Amino acid sequence: MNHFLTIEGLPADDLNGLLDDADEFVEVLHRPIPKVPALRGKTVATMFFEPSTRTKMSFEKAAKALSADTMSFSPGTSSLSKGESLKDTVLTIKAMGTDAMVVRHKATGAPWRIAEWIEQPVLNAGDGAHQHPTQALLDSLTIRQHFGTLEGLKIGIIGDIRHSRVARSDIQAFSTLGAEVTMVAPRTLLPVDAAVFDATASEDLDEVLEDFDVVYVLRVQAERGGASVFPSLSEYTDRYGITKERFARLKPEAVVLHPGPMNRGVEIEGAVADDPRALILDQVFNGVAVRMAVLFRLLGGESNE
Amino acid sequence: MSDLILAGGTVLTPKGLEETDVRIRDGLIAEIGPGLEGDETIDCGGAWVGPGLVDLHVHFREPGQEWKEDIESGSRTAAVGGFTAVFAMPNTDPATDSGHVARYVSARGTEVGLVEVLPVGAITRGRAGKELAHLDELWAAGVRVFSDDGDVVADAGLLRQAMDYLAARGGVISQHAVDVGLSSGGYMHEGSVSSLLGMSGIASAADDVILARDIRLVEMTGARYHVQHLSTATGVDLIAGAKAKGLPVTAEVTPHHLAFDHTAAQTTDPAYKMMPPLRSEDDRAALRYGLEIGTIDIVGTDHAPHAAHEKEVPWEHAPNGVLGLEWAAAVVNTFTDLDQSAFYDRLSVAPARIGQLDGQGMLLAEGGRANLTVFDPSIEWTPSTTVSKSQNSPYFGLPLQGKVVATIYQGTVTARDGIAVS
Repeated sequence: MNHFLTIEGLPADDLNGLLDDADEFVEVLHRPIPKVPALRGKTVATMFFEPSTRTKMSFEKAAKALSADTMSFSPGTSSLSKGESLKDTVLTIKAMGTDAMVVRHKATGAPWRIAEWIEQPVLNAGDGAHQHPTQALLDSLTIRQHFGTLEGLKIGIIGDIRHSRVARSDIQAFSTLGAEVTMVAPRTLLPVDAAVFDATASEDLDEVLEDFDVVYVLRVQAERGGASVFPSLSEYTDRYGITKERFARLKPEAVVLHPGPMNRGVEIEGAVADDPRALILDQVFNGVAVRMAVLFRLLGGESNE
Repeated sequence: MSDLILAGGTVLTPKGLEETDVRIRDGLIAEIGPGLEGDETIDCGGAWVGPGLVDLHVHFREPGQEWKEDIESGSRTAAVGGFTAVFAMPNTDPATDSGHVARYVSARGTEVGLVEVLPVGAITRGRAGKELAHLDELWAAGVRVFSDDGDVVADAGLLRQAMDYLAARGGVISQHAVDVGLSSGGYMHEGSVSSLLGMSGIASAADDVILARDIRLVEMTGARYHVQHLSTATGVDLIAGAKAKGLPVTAEVTPHHLAFDHTAAQTTDPAYKMMPPLRSEDDRAALRYGLEIGTIDIVGTDHAPHAAHEKEVPWEHAPNGVLGLEWAAAVVNTFTDLDQSAFYDRLSVAPARIGQLDGQGMLLAEGGRANLTVFDPSIEWTPSTTVSKSQNSPYFGLPLQGKVVATIYQGTVTARDGIAVS
């Protein structure tokens, strides 16, 4: 593995291997001193061309827990605002000395472009509405911890799938790991060609809700012009929100996941988010462990060099 | 002037194909017959000899964007690709919307002297789509093809005005048929690949609705209408329907729409980004078939140079357009079943006719102007370089069948075996 760009095409063995590694890093993170020297002397650059707090902090925490140094870049204060090209920015940071680049960009495929320009490993931390592979790992890990396996689970992904990199990565990871995935959204928020995904599609949440072992709630991206794809937020909540009433109709062992940040009262009611069967904070914790696993896979050990 | 002999090729004459020699002297075809001798001989054994290729759709970027291409580098690229005439689109800076810009473009082409450069005039002033350009001045400067290429003429009322004006004179409207509302915010063909990539798409209907509308306007005005870079199967059907009604409608397909479909965009390599986008495999098959049976009249390259720094960006930020002139003939030969006559028809005779161009696109006859292209359909090669100023080629690394061996413009060799003769 030279880069970590996408879930697409990764076989189940590779996914499970990364999750197995992540399990070990979960154990590390529970130690009194949650740190190992695995990547001492390595530098990881986090380059978030699109603003993000949690994913960036999670990657930095993961790098530091492996004893790597980190340096970061944020577009608001950088030369990008002075018109520097992406390629020049990347080559500049490479010249400073970095062993890996963690890249988030709002343009689809940007991490692939960067991977053509540098020989160091590139980790995709989210590109456009395309891929967010470490999110898929942390979601898979959270579900695997809870149920022991994803094999045979029925997972509903609810919300703006069309514009969601989380959904694309998750659908591919969950289905590869043996789960049966249903995309639930109004037609305007389903992929134009839903058949490209190994998942079924439904526009009626109430019809399919009770089948699910896992309800994966996507964030309503109001900044994506929600008003043009559905008339009002309240209509969305009425039809697709995970309210207390809908939560009560779930199977008793079913769990709820959300990638954050949550819009409480829109796609998920506050009481549901705070229920013990909502694994949202477990996801956040596991995010650090899976990112450690990926960084270690790319940078750790002589065998990779 | 010395005699140049094209020896032993299969020569496309009004009487059909003949395996024979051609003598070129003083810019003219002096003699066609076996056993000719002269001062210089080009061995054309196994190759096709036909009229020089004519491209109704190129972007030479001059004036205004000479870092991408200029008339000199564009002419060189055209010569290497077998072209003896090109129509330069008016999306320059300033736009070719007045007589003096049109005169500049053709004069600069003459000065370079490698290929005839015909300016296409803008339909609307500044290509802004608000009011008609100086069509009278453009006409007086010799412009016969009019287009706002790069942008559609969105206002049907304004397009009708232009059609009425040009119908009376016999000018041609060349439309970039892409609806603004259906395409804005989209970056690639709307379909399985865009869904997988999570990228906003451009539905095929974006092209089809404009073409359907425009055909109705042709019916009303009688204007000659040429649709650029057809990309959809429905578009081919619409053209077939218009032709069945006897309307003066012609159509073009680009080499890249024959060679690729939207799965090439899955790499998010901007070398495959253009407008209209690469569409589905079914669309591509319909375009090939449409060209083979003649529903689509011509191949136009839409040669669109962009500098490396402009394409070394993520897909969504990259400008639309790819190079095409150097490989068009080989791509057509590789991806379609056109025989020699049909090949020269789609790449020379028909585009010269649509562009109302004298002395080009003529089958070879004694006394005719010596604008000729020798193409060897048996050469297998893989492009890796270009003589254009820009490098945005989708064909690097793609095995092709057939290659331009020699280009002769006004009796002079302008390119041999991929090298321009200056």
